[in-house]
Amino acid sequence: MTIDWAIVELAIPLLFAGLYTTVRICLLSIVLGAVLGFVLGLAAFSRSAVVRWSVRGYVDFIRGTPILIQIFLVYFALPGLGINLSEFWAGVVALSLNAGGFIGEIVRAGINSVERGQSEAAKSIGMTGRQVLIYILLPQAMRPIVPPLTNELVNLIKGSALLSVISVYELTRAGQAIISTHFVPFEIYFLIALYYYVVISAVAYLSRLLERRLPVW
Amino acid sequence: MVAVAAPNGATPLLAVRGLTKRFGNRVVLDGIDLTVTPHETLVVIGPSGSGKTTLLRCINRLEQPDAGTVAVGDERIGERDGRPASETYLARQRSRIGFVFQRFNLFSHLTALDNVAIGPRRVLGHARRAAREIAAAQLERVFLAEHMDKRPSQLSGGQQQRVAIARALAMDPQLFLFDEPTSALDPELVAEVLDVMRDLARGGMTMMVVTHEMSFARQVAHRVIFMDAGAIVEERPPEEIFTAPREERTRRFLAHFLR
Repeated sequence: MTIDWAIVELAIPLLFAGLYTTVRICLLSIVLGAVLGFVLGLAAFSRSAVVRWSVRGYVDFIRGTPILIQIFLVYFALPGLGINLSEFWAGVVALSLNAGGFIGEIVRAGINSVERGQSEAAKSIGMTGRQVLIYILLPQAMRPIVPPLTNELVNLIKGSALLSVISVYELTRAGQAIISTHFVPFEIYFLIALYYYVVISAVAYLSRLLERRLPVW
Repeated sequence: MVAVAAPNGATPLLAVRGLTKRFGNRVVLDGIDLTVTPHETLVVIGPSGSGKTTLLRCINRLEQPDAGTVAVGDERIGERDGRPASETYLARQRSRIGFVFQRFNLFSHLTALDNVAIGPRRVLGHARRAAREIAAAQLERVFLAEHMDKRPSQLSGGQQQRVAIARALAMDPQLFLFDEPTSALDPELVAEVLDVMRDLARGGMTMMVVTHEMSFARQVAHRVIFMDAGAIVEERPPEEIFTAPREERTRRFLAHFLR
C-alpha cells in the first residue's frame, strides 16, 4: 500500500488542533474527577449509612454501565433537566462523573490499605474518626493511590475519544473530519493512534516520576 | 475470685466492673473487676490468650465490651450521663488515657517530633508552635532530643517505643495503659523502654501494664494481677505473688520465668 504523504502533511496541524481540545478536556476532567473521587473516597468512610450506601450505589452505577452510554445520558438528559451545556462541557461533565466514580474506589482502597494500628494509635490520643482520616490515613494512602490513579487517567484519555460521537471536535473527531473529505482512513487513524500514544506515554512517565518522589513509609 | 479493695483505701482512679467480652462464642473477658488507685502501678501477667490485651483495649474502648463498666475518675468511659457517648465525647475521654501498643504504631508519615506534636495540635487545639514545644519537651523526657527530626523507619524499636510513650505523655494523661510494650523489641533494647516506664511510675503516674517482664513487675509494680482464661486468678503485691503464689495456675505460669 502507498502512503499519501501530502495528506499526512495536511493532517498533522489539523490533528494538533483536535489534540489541543483532547488535552483540555482531559485536564479539566481529571481535576474535577479527582475532586469528586476524593470526596467520594472519604465519604465511603462516613458514619452515616445513607451516605455510605449512596457512594456505593454511585460507584456501582459508573462501573456497571458503558462510558459511551454515560456520555449519551449526560448529553441528552441534561437539556431535559433544563441544563444546556455545549458539547465540550457535556463531555467534560460525563468524563468527570465517570472518573470520579473510579477514583473514589481507588481512594477508598488506598485508605483501607493503611495498617489498622495507625488508626488505633490515632484514636488512642483522642482523634475523632474524621481527624484520623484526614491527618493519618489519607497522607499515608497517597503513594499506593498513584499507580491506579495513573491507570484511571490513561483510561480517561482513551475514553475521551468517545466524545467524537457527540461531535466534540477533539482528536478523534478531527481525524474523522479529514477522513470524510479525503478518504484516507489508514494514514489518519495511524496518526491519531500515534498522538494518543505519545500523550499517554508522557502521562505514564510523569506518574513514575511522581511515584518515585513520594516517600515510602 | 473477688477483687481485693484498693490498697491504702484511696478512691480508685480506674474502676472496672463486670467487664465482659466475647468474640463469637468464645468468652475472652469473663466479668473482670479491678481498680487502680492514683499513682499506682498495676501489672497484669498471664499466658497469651488470657485476655490481658483485650482488657486494656476494652478500657479505652478500642474494643467495645459486651457488658460491664469502666470508670476513670468519676466518668464512665463510653458514656455520657448514662447514655452512650457520642464519637467526639468518647474521643475526648480517650485523649486522657495514654495507650502504648506492642507494635509502637507510630504515624509512619511523620517525624518523631510531629508524631508527638499532632495530639496537642489537633486534639488539644494548641497552636503549632506551642504543640511543637510540648512535643520537644516530652521527647527530651524520654531521651530522644537528638532524634526529633527522624521518621519512625529511621529509629530503632526501642527509640520508636519511647516516641510512642512521649506521644501519649504529650496529652497529659491521667492514666497510662501499656500493652506488652517490650514484646516486639530485640532483647538489648528492652531496658531503655523499661527505664522510661520505671521513671514514670516513680514520678507518680497511674499505670496499668500488661507485660512478660517479671523483673520489671517485681521492682515497679504495687500490685500484680495474674489472668487466665479471661478471668483474674490472683491479685497480690509482687513480693507475695512471685515468692508464694497461692493458686496452682499462677505457680505453673511463673515456673516458666523463674529458673
